[in-house]
Amino acid sequence: MGKQPETPLGNLLEETEQQQYSRKQIHTWTRLRKSPSAMIGLTIILLLVFIALMANYIAPQGYNDQDLRKGLFAPSRVFPLGTDELGRDLLSRIIYGSRISLEVAILVTFISAATGVSLGAIAGFYGGRIDTIIQGAVDISWAFPTVLLAIFLVAVLGPSLASVMLAIGLGYWGGFERVVRGQILSLREQEFVLAARALGAKNSRIMFLHLLPNCIAPVIVMATLMLADAILIEATLSFLGMGAQPPTPSWGSILSGGRSYLRLAPWVTIFPGLAIMFTVLGFNLLGDGLRDTLDPRLRNL
Amino acid sequence: MTSYLLKRFLFAIPVLLLMAFLVFSALHFAGGDPLTLLLGPGASPEVREATRARLGLDKPLLVQFGIYMSHVLRADFGQSIISKSEVSELILQKLPITAELGAAAFSLSYLLGIPLGVIAAVNHRKLLDWFTMVLALIGVSMAGFWLGLVLMYIFGATLKWLPPTGHGGIKYLILPALALGLPRVGQIARISRSSVLEVFHQDYIRTARAKGLQERVVVIKHALRNALIPIISLMGLDLGYVIGGSVVIESVFARPGIGFLMLKSIYSRDFPVLQGCMFVLAVAIILSNILADIAYVIVDPRIRH
Repeated sequence: MGKQPETPLGNLLEETEQQQYSRKQIHTWTRLRKSPSAMIGLTIILLLVFIALMANYIAPQGYNDQDLRKGLFAPSRVFPLGTDELGRDLLSRIIYGSRISLEVAILVTFISAATGVSLGAIAGFYGGRIDTIIQGAVDISWAFPTVLLAIFLVAVLGPSLASVMLAIGLGYWGGFERVVRGQILSLREQEFVLAARALGAKNSRIMFLHLLPNCIAPVIVMATLMLADAILIEATLSFLGMGAQPPTPSWGSILSGGRSYLRLAPWVTIFPGLAIMFTVLGFNLLGDGLRDTLDPRLRNL
Repeated sequence: MTSYLLKRFLFAIPVLLLMAFLVFSALHFAGGDPLTLLLGPGASPEVREATRARLGLDKPLLVQFGIYMSHVLRADFGQSIISKSEVSELILQKLPITAELGAAAFSLSYLLGIPLGVIAAVNHRKLLDWFTMVLALIGVSMAGFWLGLVLMYIFGATLKWLPPTGHGGIKYLILPALALGLPRVGQIARISRSSVLEVFHQDYIRTARAKGLQERVVVIKHALRNALIPIISLMGLDLGYVIGGSVVIESVFARPGIGFLMLKSIYSRDFPVLQGCMFVLAVAIILSNILADIAYVIVDPRIRH
């Protein structure tokens, strides 16, 4: 800030922009509260986060407490969701599984959003050859379905949650890049940016103070919807044996263990699937609600 | 149009080459020593050297890639390390099984999704509309493989109406196609709905109604054709989804298609098979994208490239 010319006009511009911004935030929250689906989604997510954080206290048993005499028990008062083939309490495994789902989804979403936003900002702001290269990378990363990408990465790196995260991340950063680049391209030449430049603002100041704040809304919407997809893909890949390895209680790997006993013990398959569905539904509901309040233009995506 | 098509095809070649090279080099470094795999750990150094030279494994990576691609152009993907059979034969044998599932699921999801979306749009803000939106949300939130297992439990294991696993006639196709297609129905309906709703606000629809045309004619002849444009671009994306999803669904139902083959070859480290399948699927995805673009131009003459 030291060298920044402190002109009265500069202060004025800055203040009004900040004021507008905070007013917009309050406005968004009141509108979001009126959307029943967004509130249902938010409730599901908060409940899930609570369960994941408190898993140690909530779960009746550990996630790997085996008792072979109690294998494949049907749901009962002692085992509310039944047990798996090793006599492990399914409810406890699903509760611990919420940690893995959330951890993987949040981490991979954060990384791909950060990558996509930075590259999108660079591509949109500087244009030229660097823009062409980044767009080419996006096109190629979009050409392959995530499952194929994961098969390839698992063949090279071996099955693990890290390979799964890499596959999801590589498939999704391009969405953030596109949105941010488009936004910056359309704002770059607008009057408030030209005014800031005329007042002597440096590139970094224009980027962080004037351009990127305008990308926050679509990025939040995309990130929420990506969390939903990430949970679904992680479960799918762990189900195929490419992600979490036993005895890690990922919802996908619990399902994968249950499929051999589908006829005998359908609960081992049904309950983790329901857990996946409610979680993903929660993020989708919240994401849709956020999109409608924050950025109605994205409605058809 | 012809020059546009030519450009699209020409552009696809470097993309394909780049992908093939990425796959080739990554598997090259990850694959471990192919000589040990071929000859066993006990082979003498002389035999190893001779085999290395005979197979061209002593040449630089780029040259090896060139040799591989020259074989690929003649539809020769090498031999499976495990079964010793020709990879191209394996693929030809498995591809129809996957294509059958993909085509069935794809048609199912659009034959259900588009009418549902149109019905929802015509009944905007009524019960049917709301029902479609809920269906769409549940569909995108459900894991396809889980739906497959649930269908298998209900119709295969409990009611015994359909065979739970395997491959054969149409009976074996129904459950996997439902598992792969149903989760997409809601999303397709949702996009069809918003697309029809948007068209309904256009002037030419008002004109058609003002002319006194029946509502059925307005919807089918005037609205639907224009509303199809976003749906076709969705179809292009969905072909990729179907290819990825069939890998998962084939594994659930033990259908011996390409996806099943690929999953097996990861764990047996049968890289020639994996590489061949990857290449064929990449070609399929690129071709389907071009196809979607062509369909786009045919439906919407306003688009000129």
